[in-house]
Amino acid sequence: MTTLDASEAKTPTQRSGRAWRKLIANKAALAGLGIVATFAILALLAPLLPIPDPLQTSWTAIRKPPSWSHPIGTDELGRDILARMIWGARASLSAGLFSVMLAVSIGVPLGILSGYLGGWFDMIVSRITEAFLAMPFLITAIALAAFLGPSLINSMIAIAMSALPIFIRLTRGQALSVKAEEYVEGARAIGLGPVAIMTRYVFPNVLPPILVQATLTVATAIIAEASLSFLGLGQQPPAASWGSMLNIAKNFLTQAPWMAVWPGGAIFLVVVGFNLLGDGLRDALDPRAA
Amino acid sequence: MYVFIVRRLLLAIPTLLIISLFVFSLQKLLPGDPVLVMAGEERDPVLLELLREKYHLNDPIPVQYMAWVGNALRGDLGISLRTNQPVVALIAEKLPVTLQLALMSMSFALFIGIPLGILAAVKKNTFVDYLTSVLALSGLSVPNFWLGIMLILLVSVTLGWLPASGYQPFFVDPLLSLKTMLMPSFVLGNALAASMMRHTRSAMIGVLSSDYVRTARAKGLSERVVILSHGFRNAVLPIVTLSALLFGELLAGAVLTEQIFTIPGFGKLIVDAVFTRDYAVVQGVVLCTAVGFISMNLLADVLYVVLNPRMRASM
Repeated sequence: MTTLDASEAKTPTQRSGRAWRKLIANKAALAGLGIVATFAILALLAPLLPIPDPLQTSWTAIRKPPSWSHPIGTDELGRDILARMIWGARASLSAGLFSVMLAVSIGVPLGILSGYLGGWFDMIVSRITEAFLAMPFLITAIALAAFLGPSLINSMIAIAMSALPIFIRLTRGQALSVKAEEYVEGARAIGLGPVAIMTRYVFPNVLPPILVQATLTVATAIIAEASLSFLGLGQQPPAASWGSMLNIAKNFLTQAPWMAVWPGGAIFLVVVGFNLLGDGLRDALDPRAA
Repeated sequence: MYVFIVRRLLLAIPTLLIISLFVFSLQKLLPGDPVLVMAGEERDPVLLELLREKYHLNDPIPVQYMAWVGNALRGDLGISLRTNQPVVALIAEKLPVTLQLALMSMSFALFIGIPLGILAAVKKNTFVDYLTSVLALSGLSVPNFWLGIMLILLVSVTLGWLPASGYQPFFVDPLLSLKTMLMPSFVLGNALAASMMRHTRSAMIGVLSSDYVRTARAKGLSERVVILSHGFRNAVLPIVTLSALLFGELLAGAVLTEQIFTIPGFGKLIVDAVFTRDYAVVQGVVLCTAVGFISMNLLADVLYVVLNPRMRASM
């Protein structure tokens, strides 16, 4: 490991600029970013795109294979699968993003407080975190979704609560190591209070690993939402989500296999995208990999 | 070492207590009076009161919790509303099915993941390495319920090679049992194989660049001996603990796999219970999964110490 002299020290803006350049130089990460961006744009523009109404049923077009008017076919109620896929992207992506945002916005402050303050608060938070880490993610989410009642919002809450301990533990560990740094000691020495230190020094320094973990967790959350919807605990009919489309498709495997191919393919692709992006971010933000 | 194991066992107690508190409070999330759900159509006030009395619902919440934990410790997790059987009996009936699925998936993951991981490490930065890392990424990203559906479509519907669903107890007809479980265990095991492959690769890369491996090569040992006895033997430790940890994940993944292949196991039990609002069963399954998962964590920690001579010496 080399030591930095003063001229090499980087400001946070310079650091993020360098990380960004490293990220876009990484072909796999760039591909991930491209996949995620494509799906995000489609989801955002869904109401403006020239596609049929995803809820419009048609008794004359039930389970029709791909054709010019329905490029990837129709479902058991004659609805256009492409339109449902694009609207379903909204449900899947927003479920992934919102549940992770919720987990981060609760987990990061709790983790910083726990790591920085220590004492009995840290003890309690750590024990609870460990207990929940000892539960398989999907089982916690299923149990919560079952008792909260099936809906897209409840499944997001369930996923967020299941992802929460990961963020608390990660932030706490980071906060503990930042706390021991000389600049934090210096800040304490010039009389800064704990709140100022936590917000100005600890918070920015725990962010990079949180960003990496959050990106990877979005991938997990999208699969979790699809799993819950597949089990009937997420998005409720007639609204579309990739998981619920698969749930219906499995009943028509022999008659209409195209119903099952696309939604699962989309989940797969978007999850690959987030995983590639997360791995790329990890490499780009890792100070050890120069 | 015994001190370590005992300490580790004692540490599991608060974890279990917190989880039991979580599982208990789940039922408090339910809107309305649980007794009305239990009593079903009959709204006889005498019966309702009787049920309230029986489940300690008139007591303060801490007392209710103590009663619930006390019963759970005596192996009483309540009665299933749907089948009227004790929850423990239901779980005991379904568990072997899921264990068979989990064991087969785990063996599959080990047999695929470890050799490919070693191969990727030995052929680092070659085409083989890239190919295996693409495989690993796909394994980790594919939703297993979709993979299951696609396999049924290809292997059962189109080719007609394997049955699409169902379950045959192993001791009744071993061959048919293995045949029906083949696809489900591939579906459940592939993410695990991917994870195993990644970990084996990175552990092997670390070991292969170490001094004793260079010495072994310098002594003129064959590459096979260097990789397997000097390299892999030292890389195997993190993989053993990983397998124990991933076993818990298997129990969770089984929920979806059993749903697709209609296997009457643990996972199907919880899903059916969720839809019939059979909350005692949901709670029971969650609690048992947590206990299983914690035991596997414990086993992973203990194995790590037992298998690692350096750790053993320092105990």
